[in-house]
Amino acid sequence: MRHLLSAADLDQNQITEILDLAEEMALVQGRPVKKLPALRGRTVVNLFFEDSTRTRSSFEIAGKWLSADVINISAKGSSVSKGESLRDTVLTVAAMGVDALVIRHPASGAPWQASRWIDAHVLNAGDGTHEHPTQALLDAFTIRRHFRRTVPDQLNFHGKTVAIVGDITHSRVARSNVLLLNTLGAQVIVVAPPTLLPSGIDSWPVLVCTDLDQVIPHADIIMMLRVQRERMSGGYFPTPREYTIGYGLTRPRLQAMKPGAAICHPGPMNRGLEISADAADAANSLILDQVAAGVSVRMSVLYELLGGAE
Amino acid sequence: MSGTGAPQAQRDDPGSGTAVGSEASRVAMDAEQIARACARIAHQILEANRGAEGLVLLGIPTRGVPLAHRLATVMDQVEGVRVPVGALDVTMYRDDLRRQPTRAVGHTDLPVEVEDSTVVLVDDVLYSGRTVRAALDALGDLGRPRAVRLAVLVDRGHRELPIRADHIGSYIPTRSGEHVSVRLAELDGIDQVSIEPASGPALVGP
Amino acid sequence: MSDLLIRGADLVSRGRSDLLIRNRHFAEPSEADGNADLLDADGLIALPGLVDLHTHLREPGREDAETVESGTLAAARGGFTAVLAMANTDPVTDTAEAAEHIAALGARDGRAQVVPVGAVSKGLNGVELAELGLMARSNAAVRMFSDDGHCVWDARLMRRALEYVRAFDGVIAQHAQDPQLAGTAACCHEGEISGKLGLTGWPAAAEAGIVARDVQIAELTRSRLHICHVSCAETVDVIRWAKQRGINVTAEVAPHHLALTTSEVLSYDPTYKVNPPLRPHEHVEVLREALADGTIDAVATDHAPHARHDKEHAFAEAAFGMLGLETALAVVIETMINSGLLSWPELVKRMSIMPAQIARLSDQGRPLTPGEPANVILIDPAARAVQNRDNSASLSRNNPWHGRELPDPVVATIWAGRVTYQKER
Repeated sequence: MRHLLSAADLDQNQITEILDLAEEMALVQGRPVKKLPALRGRTVVNLFFEDSTRTRSSFEIAGKWLSADVINISAKGSSVSKGESLRDTVLTVAAMGVDALVIRHPASGAPWQASRWIDAHVLNAGDGTHEHPTQALLDAFTIRRHFRRTVPDQLNFHGKTVAIVGDITHSRVARSNVLLLNTLGAQVIVVAPPTLLPSGIDSWPVLVCTDLDQVIPHADIIMMLRVQRERMSGGYFPTPREYTIGYGLTRPRLQAMKPGAAICHPGPMNRGLEISADAADAANSLILDQVAAGVSVRMSVLYELLGGAE
Repeated sequence: MSGTGAPQAQRDDPGSGTAVGSEASRVAMDAEQIARACARIAHQILEANRGAEGLVLLGIPTRGVPLAHRLATVMDQVEGVRVPVGALDVTMYRDDLRRQPTRAVGHTDLPVEVEDSTVVLVDDVLYSGRTVRAALDALGDLGRPRAVRLAVLVDRGHRELPIRADHIGSYIPTRSGEHVSVRLAELDGIDQVSIEPASGPALVGP
Repeated sequence: MSDLLIRGADLVSRGRSDLLIRNRHFAEPSEADGNADLLDADGLIALPGLVDLHTHLREPGREDAETVESGTLAAARGGFTAVLAMANTDPVTDTAEAAEHIAALGARDGRAQVVPVGAVSKGLNGVELAELGLMARSNAAVRMFSDDGHCVWDARLMRRALEYVRAFDGVIAQHAQDPQLAGTAACCHEGEISGKLGLTGWPAAAEAGIVARDVQIAELTRSRLHICHVSCAETVDVIRWAKQRGINVTAEVAPHHLALTTSEVLSYDPTYKVNPPLRPHEHVEVLREALADGTIDAVATDHAPHARHDKEHAFAEAAFGMLGLETALAVVIETMINSGLLSWPELVKRMSIMPAQIARLSDQGRPLTPGEPANVILIDPAARAVQNRDNSASLSRNNPWHGRELPDPVVATIWAGRVTYQKER
């Protein structure tokens, strides 16, 4: 695997391999020596053009536990405002002798453009509103573990329904998850007010619904997306109150969930807006598991990219 | 008895098969010989350890794992002792990772803490010694065993590192181009050790 | 300057003939004396020099991307003998002095006639009228006004501008983009691809809606309105309706909108980022038909050179625009002539006669007959070449055709009797 740019880059076998390996990587967390030598001597640069403490430290720990040398570069404001082009920034970093570039950028497509300019492996850590493949992988890891509590050898997500609820238009988590969940065989339903459904959604491999209450009783997993209050100034919805009543995971909706169903959220949460406190802390909430899964899944991906011959 | 010692051509001991130099595939150990070898090794381990105290058997995937389980079964049947059995995957510690496409990683299962245990590493074939070196490094990151021993079903010579086994099922001299194939019923439906002639560039072995 | 005798050119409607150029005009070929320079046009078609209604020359302000000299060199290579230079320079062309400055640069450095376009509003601010009358009276004789790059969104300002220019037969050229439907972040046709790629959409309604409004205002004011770079089928429908009603509206289309679709953007290559954006194939088809039937009057390049460092950004952050002068004729031949949608006389109308008329250029778009100004190009309609972005007279390299095979028609360009470009044969 040369790059991981899109969740669509992976077929079912590759996803399974990554998740299985992540299970092994998860064991490292409990050991006295949290180190595996597999990426010793490799250099990984986290090139983040957008703030993100959580994702960045997750990648940093993942690289370090694999014995790679990890460097964090915060390139926020270094491109357009200082006049340095994206290409110059990327080439400068790569010229330092880098094996892998983990890129997060506020503009969709930046990692694809970078991958055309340099030889190093490129890992998309989130590009604009487009994709966030490692998030989808850690979501799948968490969901698979949840399903395996009842069916221990559950391989894929055939026969399962996953609802993704919220600002689909601006969500890279949604786009990557739609792709990955489909590859794993799940039925995906997206739920949002019409103003937050992207153009062309009818061509996506999903069912579309604007009524959350219709969907809740059928979903095995309900994935709530963060909705930004700033979207109100774009007139996407009139008030937070109306959004919560129409599309929030409120207590009544929590109770209407199917037995055995679980809740996901990529974080950070707006408690009280898209997700009630009850739901966030519910017994069937996988939200903390998602956070815990981040390092193992990213270790797995880094190993897949860098652990073999060039 | 097979065990340590300088390699000699055409040694007459259990499992040495027909003359070295033959171009055909030859069976070096059949099911009965394998079973006797396992029994012998299990006894030797207990003897050397003066009982089962502190022992843990860790098989190196893939075929080291069923072998480790067989050793534990013998120890249980004959001595009535339950020795913990697990698996130690060493892929991440290999010294040749960068020479091949990314290798799949196997499962590690530690039934007990390695700290202060007497770990017996179990593998099917001992060849260059590099796998065992990787296993020692892996163990080192898991804790500090009191002692580490090595039990292998087959020692085929050609060591590239100063590594030796404590317990050997059979010493089988081979040429480096030849391939030693171990089949175990748990995975392959049959118990057999065979030697296949050289068919391409010699691969670095275990 | 000695005479120039062009031998054996195919004059399309008049068959093969010689052309004699003397003192910047055509003369009777029979009057040629032995001292004339000879240009063998055997196998070549002679057309009136092309006129581009929409070019960005970037001087003053961004001479690193293009200058009047390099831009008109590129124009000459593309077969153009006149270009209308858009006003969004730095400083903006919103005064008589600024317009005369550009005209002077054109006179000094230009390899084609350079006619400045005046801004509609001061500094392109969309609020107050610029000195339209003074620009018209200047020796730049500005007749076309445009805030191109920006939309004249204020309906009242548009009305005033249209009314005002009637006094001197001016025309307002609108860059139709409703900022409330397609803001500065909009960079990809709003549709399947924008939704998939996470790029802010630029819906067709943002263009057609403004055009629908503006043709009403043009009718109200009985003024001349011109629509820049029509990009979608919806706009074509509005223009067709308006023309049927007798509204005085003209329209142009850019070569890239005749050939490239929004699928180019799948690669996130900012070379294909342009305003208005590339649209799906259905729109390309409609634009071609509209150009064929005359609903769209002219081809205009919207030549938009950009320094590499302005394009090598993430797609959403990169500058908008493509080069166009050197490849326009090639693309029109490929999409319109070779497909049988346009005849050669019709191509001449769309790329020379109508643009000259709209811009009120009396010396351009004229027949190739004795007495007329000698603006003529010789082309080889069958020649083809693979486009190489580095082989260009422009200072910039944002060429969307790089690596593609296109016709390579222009053999010679003659402006006011002087050869401004000649291909090595």
